[in-house]
Order: sequence, then structure tokens, then C-alpha cells
Amino acid sequence: MRKVAIIGVGLTKFGELWDVSFRRMITEAGARAIEDAGIDGKQIGAMYVGNMSAGQFVRQEHIASLIADQAGLTPIPCTRVEAACASGGLALRQAMISVASGIHDIVVAAGIEKMTDVLTEQTTEALATAADQEWEAFVGTTFPGLYALMARRHMYEFGTTEEQLAKVAVKNHHNACFNPCAQYQMEITVEDVLNSSPVNTPLKLLDCSPITDGAACVILAPADKAREFTDTPILIAGTGQASDTISLHDRPTLTGLAAAKKAAELAYDMAGVGPNDIDLAEVHDCFTIAEIMAIEDLGFCKKGDGGKVTEQGETAIGGRIPINTSGGLKGKGHPVGATGIAQAVEITQQLRGEAGKRQVNGAEIGLTHNVGGSGGTVVVHVLRRGD
Amino acid sequence: MAVPRFWREIPNRYNLIGTKCGNCNKVFFPPRYICPGCRRIGKLEPYKLNGKGKIISFTITHVAPNGFEDQAPYALAIIELDEGPCLTAQLTDCDPNQVKIGDRVEMAFRRMGQDGEDGAIYYGYKARLV
Repeated sequence: MRKVAIIGVGLTKFGELWDVSFRRMITEAGARAIEDAGIDGKQIGAMYVGNMSAGQFVRQEHIASLIADQAGLTPIPCTRVEAACASGGLALRQAMISVASGIHDIVVAAGIEKMTDVLTEQTTEALATAADQEWEAFVGTTFPGLYALMARRHMYEFGTTEEQLAKVAVKNHHNACFNPCAQYQMEITVEDVLNSSPVNTPLKLLDCSPITDGAACVILAPADKAREFTDTPILIAGTGQASDTISLHDRPTLTGLAAAKKAAELAYDMAGVGPNDIDLAEVHDCFTIAEIMAIEDLGFCKKGDGGKVTEQGETAIGGRIPINTSGGLKGKGHPVGATGIAQAVEITQQLRGEAGKRQVNGAEIGLTHNVGGSGGTVVVHVLRRGD
Repeated sequence: MAVPRFWREIPNRYNLIGTKCGNCNKVFFPPRYICPGCRRIGKLEPYKLNGKGKIISFTITHVAPNGFEDQAPYALAIIELDEGPCLTAQLTDCDPNQVKIGDRVEMAFRRMGQDGEDGAIYYGYKARLV
């Protein structure tokens, strides 16, 4: 198996992009990544695109063809992959496997979601299709509802507080202020979060990530050829993917994601590192409780201590293990299919030392953690500087 | 949605019929068609649950999905049934602010919603405190 490196990255602005269409977003992210990598489009061997639900959000299926077409890259093979909010992470993994296998050299991994072309209720309904339609959605469960059930149980078992949950949102909004692509470049306070309207108790509006349009793209190459394109190749040192039951109620515990632990174990083992070696991580904070569970599942703190270490500032930039320097899903925005790729873009920029005011000094190894649904699919990648 | 999608689940949703593996005796609700523990040697048969259990976690839904707006705010819980399996259900006939983890509940037959203005009315289970 060949080693694989990231040689180029590109992002669109994240937000409510009413003037930008699906096809324009994906071509913009792609063009930026191709330019960043300094390659010619014709060198690309294959493309993998993560997208949760263009069918529901823009009533367009068969987006693989659309994207190859609009990029001017036919007849290069393009494949769409889907695992709800983990679609992006999965696209990165599939692209990496295709380079590692030797079938292709230069491969594009992209992600996109255009979420504001339908009304908010329709967006919520589309997102809910990532849950079990027959046994969760049928009884009136939404995504905030599922994560609220996890949050309540986490509070019950470990004494996690609503203030600790709020601190996740406050930190991620702060980080987003230094990210020009972020949807919310504005500070919020713990009081703002606690006083925001209830969605699903104990989760309030500002515990939830927003509805976002956005696209992200990375270009992969075999590690031994990466230096032809860049002085700072970023190695995909480890990849891990795991599945769990689609329904939350079918799992033995509600306070962590077994698939996240498994995916992390696989990625750590492949990279030959452990949680203590990680300098920073982008984790899937679709809701504040999700970040707290993520840092526990990834081994950055003891089970049950996620709220406490967040409160103590250990996950802030400058802390022991900076989490979501990009602003995370909460501050940067969460265009579901693009999120997993956008996480890899942030870690790449950090490891290259190009993250500006949110730079983690001396970062050498970073991790991405991308969750589909309530934890039915999790994809983890370990990235490291290639020099 | 076409009516068959609701119709075919009637035994499970109206009468809490799950499945039980004749090999390991594990009970599943919602019903499964392969026992994840026994797989090929598993032998799943329909099994009626008694509908009693306890609350593992709960949330009060203020922002309801389409079709549930008129019911909000409503409590939603994960319930561990006495036979072992867990399910997600709304709580009914109670003040949602009084609900606690560990409370005993029993399942009750209730109207769940309607598939648009002219569509089928569908029924299922909600849980009430006992």
C-alpha cells in the first residue's frame, strides 16, 4: 500500500450563500484546491465527492456526473459517497484508498452541501432522514432530540452541566472569529447560550450547529511524488472508519460513540500514534455535547471529564489540546457533506503553519473526527507533516 | 407516502410485536430479521412485548418536526423495556417537566400523526408514567 499525502486544499466561504448555486460552489472549491496544489486538471485520475442529500436539498441526484461536467473534467471518473454528515470524511477515505492502491495517482476528495435552497422545515426534515425513519423519526425525533438524549444521560452519569456545554459553543465561536471562511465570525457568551431558546432540553439554539452552504476540496497524491507539487506535503498517516446501529436506542451506552472509539483506534494504530501525540483536532461538534463526547472517545481526556476539561480551557487555542481551531461545525458552519473535507483543510493549513491568527504553534500531528447521524458512521483521520 | 408503508408495520406498532431469537433468547424491538449475535444459526420468531419499562434518558422537544408541531412541547424518551430492548417514544398523559430518568412507564396506543391533509392517519405507541 502506498503512502498518501495532501498536496492542495480549497474552501468556499461557509454561510447562507443565496447568490451561489450548488454547481458554482463545488467548482469554486475545486478550482482553489487545484490552484493550491499547482496541478493541471488533466493530471487528475479520479474524484470522490461527499454529499448527504442533494436530492432533498436541491432536487438533483447524479451529482457525480454534474460535477465532472461542470469542472470540465469529463471523462475522469467521479463517484459520490454518502454517509449522512460523515459523507466528506468518507470521500477522503475512499480517495485515499484509491491512491494507496496504486489505481490512481492524483485524486480529488471533495464535499458539498447546498442547504438553503429549501425552507428551514424541509432542511430539518432532510437531515432527519439520517436517523431511523421507521423507529426514531416516526415518533417525532429530530437530530437535536437525539443529541439531547445523549446530553441528558451524560449530565446524569457524569455531572456535566449546561454551562460546560455552553463553553464549547463560546470557544468555537471565538475560534471562528479568526477564520475568514467561517459562517459566524462573532463572539458569544455563556449567558447568550443559556438564554437562547430551547430546542430540545437541555440543548438550546446556541448549542446547535447552523444550516450552512459550503464546499471543500483536497487534492491527494502518492507521498513519494508529493514534493513535485508542494514543499509541505501533509501525510494521511492513518484512516479509520466504523459503523454502529442507526438507531441511538439500540446502543448499550448513550454517553459516547462506540464507532468513534473504534475508528480512532484504527487510525491511531495505522499512524503509529496515540491520543497524547495529537497536537490539535477538528471534531464533529454538530451539537455542543457532541464535542464533549468526541474528546472523551478520542482519548484526549478521561470518560466523563469532557465538560470539565472544556471549562478549564484545555481545548482552547493555547490549551493542552486545541479542538476545532476552525470554529468547528458550530462557528464555521456545517454544510453536512462538506464538513469532513473542511476538517482536513483546517488541519492541513495548521500543519503547514498557514492558519494565521488561529495558528497552533509547532503543530505536527492533527486529527479529524467526522460523525454520520447520531454515530452510525464515524470516520477518523490522522494527518502529519511530511517533513 | 403510500399507505403500505404504514400498513405493514401495524402489528409491530399497534401491538408491540418484536422478534425473539430461538437460539440465544434475546428479544428485539423494533423487530430484527437477523440476530446480530447468532447470525446464521439464529432463529427469529415474532414475540409480543408487555410494554413496561423505565426511562433511560429524555428530552423536551420545543422545536417539533413537520407533522408534530401541534403536539409541542412534548417529552421524548429512550425506554428500556423489561424484556431487554430499548425504544424511542413520546411520553403522553403527563407534565413533561415532571419526568425523571429511572421513572417506570407503560406503552399506550395513540394517534401519532397524519400523512398530509388527505393522507392516512397513523397510529403507534407512546409511553405514560405509571
